[in-house]
Amino acid sequence: MAQHQVEYLNSGGLPIALTSVDKLVQWGRSNSVWALSYGLACCAIEMMAAGGSRYDFDRFGTIFRASPRHSDVMIIAGTLTKKHAEFTRRLYDQMAEPKWVISMGSCANTGGMFNTYSTVQGVDRIIPVDIYLPGCAPRPETLQYALMLLQKKIRRQGANRKQALKRLV
Amino acid sequence: MRRYQDKHNVQKQAYYTDRFNVQPSLPRFEVTEDSLFNATLLHVKGLVDVLEAYVEAGQLVVWVAPKANVSALKAFKTAGYENLSEMSAVDFIAQKGGFEVFYQLLSMEKHERARVKCFVPQGETLHSVTEVYKSANWSEREMYDMFGILLENHPYMKRLLMPDDWQGHPLLKTYPLQGDEAAQWYEIDTIFGKEYREVVGPENRDPARVDARNTVDFSRIGHEVESGAPYSATPTAQEYQEKGGIAVVSKITKEKAKTLKERP
Repeated sequence: MAQHQVEYLNSGGLPIALTSVDKLVQWGRSNSVWALSYGLACCAIEMMAAGGSRYDFDRFGTIFRASPRHSDVMIIAGTLTKKHAEFTRRLYDQMAEPKWVISMGSCANTGGMFNTYSTVQGVDRIIPVDIYLPGCAPRPETLQYALMLLQKKIRRQGANRKQALKRLV
Repeated sequence: MRRYQDKHNVQKQAYYTDRFNVQPSLPRFEVTEDSLFNATLLHVKGLVDVLEAYVEAGQLVVWVAPKANVSALKAFKTAGYENLSEMSAVDFIAQKGGFEVFYQLLSMEKHERARVKCFVPQGETLHSVTEVYKSANWSEREMYDMFGILLENHPYMKRLLMPDDWQGHPLLKTYPLQGDEAAQWYEIDTIFGKEYREVVGPENRDPARVDARNTVDFSRIGHEVESGAPYSATPTAQEYQEKGGIAVVSKITKEKAKTLKERP
């Protein structure tokens, strides 16, 4: 049997922690942020590295899922072309609430160096973005930091909040 | 030195001027100097009318009429050039009113490359060469996509790279670098509809645009405020962990951290 050490001077002398349902649920959500396996360009290589054993996203509870129905976060990793934009939007719409979006790298943030006719100038033109991640390409540590910031953001939100309409652009 | 141009408002100026199109000329040699090329050319001349032929950059270049492109490639194929490694077009509308279409051929047995070229006036069609070289299939679709040169008898004449409902052909010299109106609003029009243009607004084409006082679109590091709240000059706390901490995870401060002098 595990022996619980009781700190009689803290928490009213009981081995319990007081919290609210909101915090508990959001704590759970923030530690199982499943990401959609969805890469667009070279940033996806860094995303794969972040998911691999060296950087190991799994220890954050972030597991890449092959279906948008399973996913909580969509990492836009790479250049979004105008031809592909409607498919990205469709995948985003297929994800169940609550959902979050990380825009990874310069191309997804602003179009980056592709200031051309065929590139979407910032993915926030078509889907709402929670975290913008600078870099070309961002290193896996940067992506992990973005995920930690997202966890922080999730913990701040209420569990049963009304899904506020996310502003576009 | 390059001629000075006013850089003010350079994005709105037409990007294309002829100075980009000064062709560097390579020295051209007679075909008779190379016996292998000469034999190939004699074989081809027996089958099609050759307008011009020379050796440039170590490769045989043969000009034919646009109507004779299929028969010319058939002649080259019987001469041992079994691989069409590349084909496309070059926009010469401003200079000559048409396109130069080239077919880059490779002969494995002769270790030689040859190029068949023809001039297609703007608006005219060309005959597909997929019956001679299968690899021309996608290349011709790309050529149609990028230049708008239609091909007859192609098995699947459809855009290759751009969406099917795209307007214009992007590799034309007159095509604007940042797209025409249809291109600039393409993703908004296809996903949300045209009435959504006002909600999203035009594209920001200035990659360096930063406005620290705009707290809706920008969040200044160290001075984060709620979205839309007035800009604040007082720094905000940069702590990762929430106040009071969370269960299981504990924060390591710099004071608590130990530095090892040597490996244990």
